[in-house]
Amino acid sequence: MMNLSRSVALISLFLLPLLSFSFSVDNPTDRRVLVLLDDLSLKSTHSIFFNTLKSRGFDLDFKLAEDSKLALQRYGHYLYDGLIIFAPSTERFGGSLDSKSIADFVDSGRDLILSADTSASDLIRGIATECGVDFDEDSSAMVIDHSSFSVSDVDGDHTLIAADDLVKSDAILGKTKIEAPVLFRGVAHSLNPTNNLVLKVLSASPSAYSANPSSKLSSPPQLTGSAISLVSVMQARNNARVVISGSLQLFSDRLFRSGVQKAGSPNKYEKSGNEQFVTELSKWVFHERGHLKAGSLVHHRVGETDEPAIYRIKDDLEFAVEILEWSGKSWEPYVADDVQVQFYMMSPYVLKTLSTDKKGMFHTSFKVPDVYGVFQFKVEYEKLGYTTLSLSKQIPVRPYRHNEYERFIPTAYPYYGACFTTMAGFFVFSFVYLYHK
Amino acid sequence: MATLESPPLGTPSAMRSAFGTVLSALILLLIGVLAFSIRLFSVIKYESVIHEFDPYFNYRVTQFLSKNGIYEFWNWFDDRTWYPLGRVIGGTVYPGLTLTAGTIWWALNAINIPLSVETVCVFTAPVFSAFASWATYLLTKEVKGSGAGLAAAALLAMVPSYISRSVAGSYDNEAVAIFALIFTFYLYIKTLNTGSLFYATLNAIAYFYMVCSWGGYTFIINLIPMHVLLCIVTGRYSPRLYIAYAPLVVLGTLLAALVPVVGFNAVLTSEHFASFLVFIIIHVVALVYYIKGILSPKMFKVAVTLVVSIGLVVCLIVVAVLVALVASSPTGGWSGRSLSLLDPTYASKYIPIIASVSEHQPPTWPSYFMDINVLAFLVPAGIIACFSPLSDASSFVVLYIVMSVYFSGVMVRLMLVLAPAACIMSGIALSQAFDVFTASIKYQLGRSANSKDDAEDNTSTNNAPKDDSSSGKTDKGEEVAKERPSKKGKKKEREPADKPSVKSKILKKRALVLPLEASIVALLLLIMLGAFYVIHCVWAAAEAYSAPSIVLTSQSRDGLHVFDDFRESYAWLSHNTDVDDKVASWWDYGYQTTAMANRTVIVDNNTWNNTHIATVGTAMSSPEKAAWEIFNSLDVKYVLVVFGGLIGYPSDDINKFLWMVRIGGGVFPHIKEADYLRDGNYRIDSEATPTMLNCLMYKLSYYRFVETDGKGYDRVRRTEIGKKNFKLTHFEEVFTSHHWMVRIYKLKPQKNRIRGRAKKLKLKTSSGLDSKPAKKNPWI
Repeated sequence: MMNLSRSVALISLFLLPLLSFSFSVDNPTDRRVLVLLDDLSLKSTHSIFFNTLKSRGFDLDFKLAEDSKLALQRYGHYLYDGLIIFAPSTERFGGSLDSKSIADFVDSGRDLILSADTSASDLIRGIATECGVDFDEDSSAMVIDHSSFSVSDVDGDHTLIAADDLVKSDAILGKTKIEAPVLFRGVAHSLNPTNNLVLKVLSASPSAYSANPSSKLSSPPQLTGSAISLVSVMQARNNARVVISGSLQLFSDRLFRSGVQKAGSPNKYEKSGNEQFVTELSKWVFHERGHLKAGSLVHHRVGETDEPAIYRIKDDLEFAVEILEWSGKSWEPYVADDVQVQFYMMSPYVLKTLSTDKKGMFHTSFKVPDVYGVFQFKVEYEKLGYTTLSLSKQIPVRPYRHNEYERFIPTAYPYYGACFTTMAGFFVFSFVYLYHK
Repeated sequence: MATLESPPLGTPSAMRSAFGTVLSALILLLIGVLAFSIRLFSVIKYESVIHEFDPYFNYRVTQFLSKNGIYEFWNWFDDRTWYPLGRVIGGTVYPGLTLTAGTIWWALNAINIPLSVETVCVFTAPVFSAFASWATYLLTKEVKGSGAGLAAAALLAMVPSYISRSVAGSYDNEAVAIFALIFTFYLYIKTLNTGSLFYATLNAIAYFYMVCSWGGYTFIINLIPMHVLLCIVTGRYSPRLYIAYAPLVVLGTLLAALVPVVGFNAVLTSEHFASFLVFIIIHVVALVYYIKGILSPKMFKVAVTLVVSIGLVVCLIVVAVLVALVASSPTGGWSGRSLSLLDPTYASKYIPIIASVSEHQPPTWPSYFMDINVLAFLVPAGIIACFSPLSDASSFVVLYIVMSVYFSGVMVRLMLVLAPAACIMSGIALSQAFDVFTASIKYQLGRSANSKDDAEDNTSTNNAPKDDSSSGKTDKGEEVAKERPSKKGKKKEREPADKPSVKSKILKKRALVLPLEASIVALLLLIMLGAFYVIHCVWAAAEAYSAPSIVLTSQSRDGLHVFDDFRESYAWLSHNTDVDDKVASWWDYGYQTTAMANRTVIVDNNTWNNTHIATVGTAMSSPEKAAWEIFNSLDVKYVLVVFGGLIGYPSDDINKFLWMVRIGGGVFPHIKEADYLRDGNYRIDSEATPTMLNCLMYKLSYYRFVETDGKGYDRVRRTEIGKKNFKLTHFEEVFTSHHWMVRIYKLKPQKNRIRGRAKKLKLKTSSGLDSKPAKKNPWI
């Protein structure tokens, strides 16, 4: 018994600092990241990428993918907030890790960077599929582009691609424009266009195709043109973020440092766009940017401050919601002019754009429609690169009370008149009839 | 009452009449006790609970009323039902029952009898059935004297049809409405007999109470005009008829319009037009009689031709306006339920939501014998008795029985309206028969013993009721006499005529005497008939009609089984779900869910919005994914289905399912009934159609059912189910009650991620490489 309590105390003592830093609603940036490698030499070949992460305060835990002690959680608690899998050739993880536990890791709201490469294993492909990304089925295929390859491509098979078709989103790629093309060598993947959770961040040019560069092309390639995605991101419904890259080299020191000149382009850059691209992308995926948080929805009648339990039809009300953005260190007011509120009962009866006071408060005022029922205030904010805000608050709207209607309607005055003259007439008639002989 | 009037106290006839009054008061009291106590079987055999479906709503409303007061009740907007539309309870409910029970509760509390609202609600119906039997006594007494009145009251106190709607716990509108109905009729007859404006006003107020209580008030407002018309046509028009009718229409309509749920309907819908038409006719007739009185016959003839021609033109115009008004509304101004009364096939043809309710179906023949038993044989005799002699009052009860027989044949629910009419008729028949038989026994015995009437009266006290009936005649005559001198001197000549009429009646009776033996045998047979009726009624009250239907029992070899699954699952809902969670179920269970589990429901037993019900019906008849989308769009968190296949409970959702399909298909045409039927047969075994086997209702009912006995044998449908092993993709089972009668499922949240199209890849790789992890989870 003593032993047990002591060990519990020890564990809690050990966990306390960890817990205080761990992923939470108030502090969405990841802290503890597990890096799975299939070869420890990657640590040095991709050192720039890892060092930028470390310099931003991440606690990287490098493990071999086959390590038999691998575990994502212990006693039901996750040990890590983020996961980087740089082990494209691994057929099976060590320890208790498998594709299901990685899917569960994502479903618990944690983030993932997954990089495949040529001849990626089925395990890696399986994880990507779970996230809605389909790698080319031909395991030896690579992305080939005969028009926008990098001139430094020494092999001549045009597999080192200088891609510059980036998604236009400040939230994902930062405010600074990435000038230089991004160098990429790896496998292609495609996304299901109906899947609205995944997004191409780096697309191939229209002239790209996916094939085995060493063999002769016998049949038309299955993946061609801009349907090919080179790097994609997925933001799950619980706002877990995943980056899937078809190239591990994309993150390597060599491509970070190499200069780039796109074939057929006069612009020559000292340094490829890789470092900036990868750094900005990692900021996004680890929730250093584009993470929104909303306070509760506040509403009240015009001229009042307390929230009523029920509205009446045609009431004038004021509505406000506070939205903050995580800057990586603190919560800053979110400024946008496209946040809308719906007053919703099966369909929106009122749809209004909220105005902001630049201090994070978004507000508007409107009149309750002339329909009673159980309404909801709904704020559904889905902006590219930002976490999804889906807030709703139920509020019933009642009809007029019996004494809230107009007492006298002008158009009915003839009837009032008729009513009273009849009464008076009856009185006079009774009087005359009874007392007049 | 009459005894006070009758002149010299101490004379034998006065004594007899006083004795009769006391005795009949005692009998009435006992009838009241009988009516109350025969309805307590449900409390004794089960417990003091509210029954069935609608009473739960009434109970909830009464609770609200007692907690928040009448103004809040009037303005109550209920956001926990018909989500997200809500329901304005105050404006859509007949408040009579609720206000009655609320008042009783308030009065009891005011005198420091702290009964709970539930207790008051449970016992409202038995109390009011005692009132109803007293009202029956009054009504029948007006028609055929107090003997018939007592017999009718005793019959009504235990008629099974009425018991079925008014056992303790059956807290429904009909409980008070039947009393109101009979009492309104009584006051109408009373006004008709007395011509008193006081009773006419009371009549309008009683009618108002009826309008407050039940939609069946339209029966009154059509039956009374019909009777008035009948009286006019048969030349029985009198100022008394005018006083009985005209104030009722004017005051009654004004008062009815005050009830929020009726409102302008009181002057706008066709159900009320008959009364206005007759209102016009009675005025024309009154005018004609008046003119006839002041004009010479010759002048009158001229006037008639003039008035008739003008009147025809006016009538034509009015009719044209009415027709235009009625034709301009889509249903011709008639509501669906009323239309189905006129054309019994209307509802099943056009309105599945009305036809789907079992109590809206036409009754079968056995249900007549079950519900009114021997009264069915006595009614014709009563009708004949009413024709000898035919008075205004007796013609009314004849009309009442004829109309109610017709309506009960249309809708089994209206059997309830037939029951009082049948009781009145049978009471009259029994009383008249007893009259004839005992009178002839008395005559025969008197002739043999050669003794006087007085001696006989002292010995045959046990024949008091029939004595009463004969004295009731005089009572009535005297009462009429009592009223009239104060009002009009005109009727005074009638008073002395009463005594001779009694004499002549005795003389007449002497001519109708039967042989002694025949009379005694007939009497015994009648008593036996009555005894069988009592036995049947007690059996019906104890066995057939006292089950609360939320608790079921079944008797088997190893004892009594109690199935308390409904309350078990409602309790589960109230303890394990969030207070604002929405629960979807077929509308039958809506009232219970809101009242017992206090959770928001999508549809309930107040079937006011067909589209909303059709939406739920469509969801239940759709495959899982489509159903999930429908329910999710309504913010539904839980789906509740009732399943009787394990224990053989026949009124479960699978048996109701075709109605869901029909109602759903009526609004959303992609649901087709034929898709659920194999060659026109509704089946759930292996021959069932794929649409049937994949619909949500089938899946939610039979999910994991095969685990119970290994082969999935459904005891209600008496067959093995068609699809046994399946998984749910969009719903998860969260609760199944002890006997599987109620199953509650939760909507799974939307998937966190959307998978790629990996199927092909998986298959390919699993054949080629080692793909253990891929195979392991088919779920995500």
